[in-house]
Amino acid sequence: MRTRSAVLALGALLAASFPATARAAGPLNVVTTTEDLAAIAREVGGEKIKAESLSRGYQDPHFVEAKPSFVLKLNKADLLIAVGRELEIGWLPPLITQSRNARIQPGGDRYLDASLTARILEIPTGQITRAMGDVHPAGNPHYWLDPENGKRIAKAIEGKLAAITPGDAAYFAQHEEDFEKRVSDGEKRWLAIMAPYKGTKVVTYHRSWPNFAERFGLDVIGYVEPKPGIPPSPSHTLEVIQAMKRQNVKIILVEPYFDTKTPNSIARETGAKVLVMPPSVGGEKEITDYIKLFDYDIKLLVDAIKETGAK
Amino acid sequence: MRSRDVQIAVLAVSLAVSPVLRAQSSAPAPSPVPDAQNPPPPEPSPSPEPPAAPPPTEVPPGAAGAGGPSGPLPVYGPASSKVFNPDMAVIGDFLGAIGKNDSDRATPALEMHETEASFQAIVDPYARADFFLVFAPDEVGVEEGFITFTSLPANFLVKVGKMRGSFGKVNQMHNHVMPWTDRPLVTQNLVGGEEGISDAGVSVSRLFPNEVLFLEATAEVYRGESPELFRAPTRGDLTYVGRLRGYRDLTESTNLDFGGSFAQGHNDVGPPFKTRLWGADLAFRYRPLRRAIYRRLILRTELVWSRKELEAGPVKAFGAYVSGEYQFAQRWFAGVRLDRSDRADDASLQDKGVSALLTYWPSEFSQIRGQYRYTKYAEDIKANELLFQVQFSIGAHGAHTF
Repeated sequence: MRTRSAVLALGALLAASFPATARAAGPLNVVTTTEDLAAIAREVGGEKIKAESLSRGYQDPHFVEAKPSFVLKLNKADLLIAVGRELEIGWLPPLITQSRNARIQPGGDRYLDASLTARILEIPTGQITRAMGDVHPAGNPHYWLDPENGKRIAKAIEGKLAAITPGDAAYFAQHEEDFEKRVSDGEKRWLAIMAPYKGTKVVTYHRSWPNFAERFGLDVIGYVEPKPGIPPSPSHTLEVIQAMKRQNVKIILVEPYFDTKTPNSIARETGAKVLVMPPSVGGEKEITDYIKLFDYDIKLLVDAIKETGAK
Repeated sequence: MRSRDVQIAVLAVSLAVSPVLRAQSSAPAPSPVPDAQNPPPPEPSPSPEPPAAPPPTEVPPGAAGAGGPSGPLPVYGPASSKVFNPDMAVIGDFLGAIGKNDSDRATPALEMHETEASFQAIVDPYARADFFLVFAPDEVGVEEGFITFTSLPANFLVKVGKMRGSFGKVNQMHNHVMPWTDRPLVTQNLVGGEEGISDAGVSVSRLFPNEVLFLEATAEVYRGESPELFRAPTRGDLTYVGRLRGYRDLTESTNLDFGGSFAQGHNDVGPPFKTRLWGADLAFRYRPLRRAIYRRLILRTELVWSRKELEAGPVKAFGAYVSGEYQFAQRWFAGVRLDRSDRADDASLQDKGVSALLTYWPSEFSQIRGQYRYTKYAEDIKANELLFQVQFSIGAHGAHTF
């Protein structure tokens, strides 16, 4: 009797379920963790896909809340693209578990880790501990800030999309090639603009810029954070000020989601300029695609270098 | 009609389980040869240096003289069997109390309240598993240990094992994710105290995707043994838990999370006596995306109605808490909680309390918290206490639950 009611309770829940509606043959529903990946996916997928990012470009991608509304988006996803390198470790895994979408589970055929083919910097060697702060054991996840990696991400997305809808493989290949060419053209332009300022010394808030600095010849001499994820401390701030004065550093790069209080006080002491520089598409309204991200950041940087006479 | 539902239920469950069984029966024994079915991901690595492969594990030198094996140890799998080890973490929860509490609920002056060890990993393409073992001053136990089938059709999610029941919010929280050092009076009086509804059973939940809101229904069946709440002298004395949860984003920075819960089981009075619980919960969250690491506000409340059958007749009791937490700097949180709850055995006895909290986070992995708590117990005992807590975690970076 009781067992029957138990089974009935389960049965009632199942009865309430209607058969899953067949997916309409429309554009592929691509969900990405960041706006950069969504922007690149749009370039490659064209009108054959609909790409949507879970996080916003002005949001710290390490600390996104695992909102249930994201579960709904993942539930409908035909493809999930993640930055990887443990950038999303604090929020993506429970969302995937709850998504009820078997294909996007890690290792599933609709889960793409965009970092697998990218050039990754700062992969720790030797023993790492949390005494180093919030280190990423698999390397620095901000790799999309090198346009060469942007092309590699595009290529990986192309491969995935072509595997999902082989009929559109030529379409994706053509779009990818076109994107790659525009990024290469852009890169020549950006490198030319930056060429006179190669070796300019900067301080950044977080370790978000190693790939960008390597590509465009910036010399990052220090960080506002004493260690990744650890808020600024007075003693560390003093060290940064001294190092900046010693090396005549005039630029402090701050991601839009960090407080500018400490960077501003460092700037006051050193005569440097605080640049709120978006590391992602969507970080400012006018940064609507991957190429505009570099257009915006390079212009911001060069204008500041000219203004401050930084070296 | 009914019997058809049952058939559907049985069919769905067997469908869900069969691929798992097949996969397990056909799983190859660990072999030193790279698994042909799972070739390493194609990595055209343009130039990145992948982390250097660890050198082959050697038998420690000292072991040779002891007559043990020498030379390189056999390596299983492509790199080392270590890569399949679950994510492990240990969380310590240290509690202290200062002040006067003459009730029977006074906590020790200093206490290593709980040490929680977690082991979490993906089981196979169809499931993941989570184990949480708890070491407390007077007990060692499995707080939770369950498998979650993530690849079921029709938006189902099934968990099997020992779990905290999906009744309201606080019942599902482990100690270390609570915004307080203690559990609210309503939990202590009506929902089984610190253990709460925590039992071996099966949980089936289904997502109802729609354009308006996140909607999830959960139905759970448990053995019937939740200390302080449910007893199961016979096999038929199961505990049932049901929950309907809704969630909606109001703006990109604000949202509402709400739910209704039900639980029923046999209580400690005797075989025919049952306890039923109804719960309602509501949470409002504000977290501006541009300043997500510096500011957040959470207002939450939970209301519980209990109907406990005693020999003299049923007792209807009510309890609730209202709580607010505000993050005012990257590492600082302030909070307030108001408590009120009848006793489950005698609704004329009512406990009330108020708490103020301050929490400091040296990092994501440790937390120091102080809580001033004033409690007026039903027996007219008044307690003024300062509770403090140090929490620390080592190991894998566990995801933060919402």
